[in-house]
Amino acid sequence: MSHVQSPRSKAADIGHWTLDLGLLEMSSVANIPPQFEVVDRPLDTQMTISMGPQHPSTHGVLRLELVLDGEMVVKATPDIGYLHTGMEKLFEYRKYQQGIVITDRMDYLNPLGNNLAYVMAVEKLLELEIPERAQTIRVLTCEMQRIASHLVWLGTHALDIGAMTVFFYAFREREKILNLIEAASGGRLTPSYFRIGGLMMDIPAGFERRVQQFLDEFPKAVKEFHTLVSGNRIFQKRTQGVGVITAEDAIDWGLSGPSLRGSGVALDIRRANPYCGYENYDFEIPTEPDCDVWARYMVRMREMLESHKIVIQALARLKPGPVKADAPKIVLPDREAMKTHMDALIHHFLIVAEGFDVPAGEVYMPIEASKGELGVYVQSTGGPKPARVHFRGPSFVNLSALPHMSHGAMVADIVAIIGSLDIVLGEIDR
Amino acid sequence: MEEQKPQAADLENKLNSNPEGKTPSPFAAALQREHPEWVAHEVEALGETTIIVPREYIVAACHFLKTEPGLNFNFLSDVCGFDRGPEEEPRFEVNYHLFSTTRFHRLRLKVLLNEDDAHVPTVTGVWRTANWHERETFDLFGVVFDEHPDLRRILLPDDWQGHALRKDFPLRGYEPYSLE
Repeated sequence: MSHVQSPRSKAADIGHWTLDLGLLEMSSVANIPPQFEVVDRPLDTQMTISMGPQHPSTHGVLRLELVLDGEMVVKATPDIGYLHTGMEKLFEYRKYQQGIVITDRMDYLNPLGNNLAYVMAVEKLLELEIPERAQTIRVLTCEMQRIASHLVWLGTHALDIGAMTVFFYAFREREKILNLIEAASGGRLTPSYFRIGGLMMDIPAGFERRVQQFLDEFPKAVKEFHTLVSGNRIFQKRTQGVGVITAEDAIDWGLSGPSLRGSGVALDIRRANPYCGYENYDFEIPTEPDCDVWARYMVRMREMLESHKIVIQALARLKPGPVKADAPKIVLPDREAMKTHMDALIHHFLIVAEGFDVPAGEVYMPIEASKGELGVYVQSTGGPKPARVHFRGPSFVNLSALPHMSHGAMVADIVAIIGSLDIVLGEIDR
Repeated sequence: MEEQKPQAADLENKLNSNPEGKTPSPFAAALQREHPEWVAHEVEALGETTIIVPREYIVAACHFLKTEPGLNFNFLSDVCGFDRGPEEEPRFEVNYHLFSTTRFHRLRLKVLLNEDDAHVPTVTGVWRTANWHERETFDLFGVVFDEHPDLRRILLPDDWQGHALRKDFPLRGYEPYSLE
């Protein structure tokens, strides 16, 4: 009897040869020599299959090249670029303010986060001061957007694993948030609400009351999600111990956001490098020590309630005041002022027709988006158009760790792991 | 070993005092102390530190920044290229954005490359996350990362001609791309 340690001996650990090993164990317990020879040889039919790009659980158009040994994944190679539309190139041909609408289309589940990172990068180059009320509304809407993004993740992640009901409950709550964002900005999925120097416009009358109504209902909904998913034995079995990545590896692979906090690293850019006045808000950074899909699930579930806490605080902080910076050469004037004041009309014309000059320099502006560290690198060489805009999308980096996490997993686990990373292909391919 | 410990403490004091303005940043000072040639130039602007590192020292400098206890830049946020334009020399920039998950400070390293010799050693040996960032920079700018384990195009198709984010590449490309 020979038990050859092949390079893919992990198959034996994971249970690919369960039957053979089971017999071996039984016989060794009883001290009876095994009746069958235990063979651990690679299948001759090691097979390469293509998962995606139109597979429903790849969240868009991700293609995975899976090298399989039976049902075990020997190697998973992501193939991306199907949604590449050259957005970073497009920035270089548009004025700074025209770039905002491009950012909406990157991570389309968290467009306000993208807006925020981009406008803050340009504001940093311009050294603009943003009024208090605009900052608070930014925090308020961004945190609601984070909840909405997590709700899409929850619905689709559970759907991937086979729990269909959650999807409807999650999207019901998300709809309420999208209605609020639409009320403020006019857009549900592509709000472009933040402008360089502040907001497009102030929140409408009655907005606070509607937010308050959502806030009152939301904790009950989270309780519902927990009863639907967290106690589900099938969900637990499918997620616990799957897709393990240690804290050290996670940092080395550049994981960020909930995916990193699921490995027990309490890192949150809102705390590490605060922006928008986040240092004044009271919230916790949820972490889980288990490093698996389940841990990342629990982190996001807890994070929704932390965002809920921040929205409550932001709502209490809302004081009347301007929502645009006092910079007439950069911020568009009010509609009324434009029609009645000569200088406002001139500024409006110049901003729209020629744009505004941004001094030469370069900045890297990181924010905590719903999926992790979203960094925007803007380099200006003067003039109204950027010389280079680069987005460090958290999904792009988190996906690059997939081969590491899926080594030795089953095909069905790949679906769970992709879901736990919460990727959006619009941001990966740009 | 005895010499190293006071150095680390000294560095920590400097980091905590957070000097702004004309004095060189503690990161540049630490790099310079380790090896005077690692820092070619240093820029402090808009609250961010940029250190231009000669190409041949980039891996050693990154390794030092990652492992030095007072610095601990264990997280590579981003690598991105920039094309200054075909008439500029050096033409290409490669920017490395470093971050520390324990000390929360950030640093940008910059390598300048000439067009006819756009090669730079890979830092995948220091941080594995550099793999895809460098592939992206190779894909879009044509900067070659020497000894990269898997240097293929990542966003554009394998048979794509040219490098799309170069300034002399037209916005709409040269001709419609066909899969044939």
